[in-house]
Amino acid sequence: MSRFKTKKGKGSAAINTSSLPDIIFMLLFFFMVTTVMREVSLKVKLKLPQATEVQKLEKKSLVSYIYIGPPVKSKLYGTNSRIQLNDTFANVDDIQEFVAKEREDREEADKKFITTSLKVDGITKMGIVTDVKQELRKAGALKINYSTRKGRDKN
Amino acid sequence: MAKRAAPEINAGSMADIAFLLLIFFLVTTTMDVDTGITRKLPPPVENNDDDIDVKDRNVLKVLINSHDRLLIDGKPGDVSMLKQKAIDFMSIHPGDETYPEYESRLIEELGIERDMSKGIISLKNDRGTSYDMYIRVQNELASAFNEMKDELSLQLFGLKYSQLIDEKKIKGINKALPVRISEAEPEDIGGK
Repeated sequence: MSRFKTKKGKGSAAINTSSLPDIIFMLLFFFMVTTVMREVSLKVKLKLPQATEVQKLEKKSLVSYIYIGPPVKSKLYGTNSRIQLNDTFANVDDIQEFVAKEREDREEADKKFITTSLKVDGITKMGIVTDVKQELRKAGALKINYSTRKGRDKN
Repeated sequence: MAKRAAPEINAGSMADIAFLLLIFFLVTTTMDVDTGITRKLPPPVENNDDDIDVKDRNVLKVLINSHDRLLIDGKPGDVSMLKQKAIDFMSIHPGDETYPEYESRLIEELGIERDMSKGIISLKNDRGTSYDMYIRVQNELASAFNEMKDELSLQLFGLKYSQLIDEKKIKGINKALPVRISEAEPEDIGGK
C-alpha cells in the first residue's frame, strides 16, 4: 500500500519565495486604492441608529457631512448634543454658510447632486435635528440622508 | 573603460518592506460604505398662510411625542404595527369611504394604467423625540413602501424591486408608488 511507502531520503524541497514580494505588492496596491482616509476627527460621540431599509450612498465626493451628537469631551462641553461641521463645533446659524461653502467646492454640474448626510447619534433629541433640517431647507440642500447602520433593531 | 559588473541588489528584504506598507494600509483602511435612509426635504415655503388643504381621509397622521410614544391615526400604537397600517392605508380600497381617494393614471414607463392613491402619511414629531425613535419610524415607513414596490414589481416583472436593473422599470415603479411622507414642522407638544 502506498500509505506505507518508505520515504526516500529526500528532504522537502524549499518553496520558491521569489514571487512573494509581488504578491504582497498586489495586496498593497489593493489596499492603497481602496483606502479612504478620514477627513475629519470626530468631536462628538456617534452611535448611529440601526435600520433595515438602508440605501447605499454613492459618489462620496458629492456628500457633505453634518455630525450631531454629545461631545466627546463632556467635561468641557457638556452632554447636550452639538453640531459639528468639518472640524469644529458650530451653531445652527452656521449651516447655511456651510452649505454654500460645500457647494462652492463642487463643480458646476455636480452642484445639484450634493447630498447632505446627517450623522446623528441615537440619543440626540429631534429638536436640534429639526432645526438643522429647517436650515438645510432654507439653504436649498434638499437631498438628505439619515446615516444609519444596517441591521435589525430589536427592542 | 573597465567594465564593472553591476553588483546585484539584494531583494530579499523587499517582501518585508512591502509587508510593512501593507500593514499600514490595512490598519488605516476604513471599508465601511455609508448607508442610510435617503429623504427629500420640501422646498421652503414663502408664507405659511396658504397651507394646502388635504382631505382628512387622505391623511394618515403619525405622531411621536417626547416620550417616544406613537399615535397612529388618533390611536396609541406601536412601531411594529406601523408598517401594516401604512401598507393598508396606501393600498386601494374601492368604494370604501374611510380610505384615501384614488385616481387612475397612466404610467408611461410601465405602459399601464394604475390606480394611484392620494393618501399622504403625515409624520409629526416633538422636539423632545429621540433620534433613535424617529429613525425607527422612518424605517418602518420606508419598509412599508419598499414592500409595496416589491409587490408591484413581482406582479409586473416577476422580480423584486431591488433586483431590477432596467432604469426605466425602476423609474416606472417609483412613479407608480411615490413615497408620500410629509413632515410637519415640529411642535412642543409635550415640552421637554
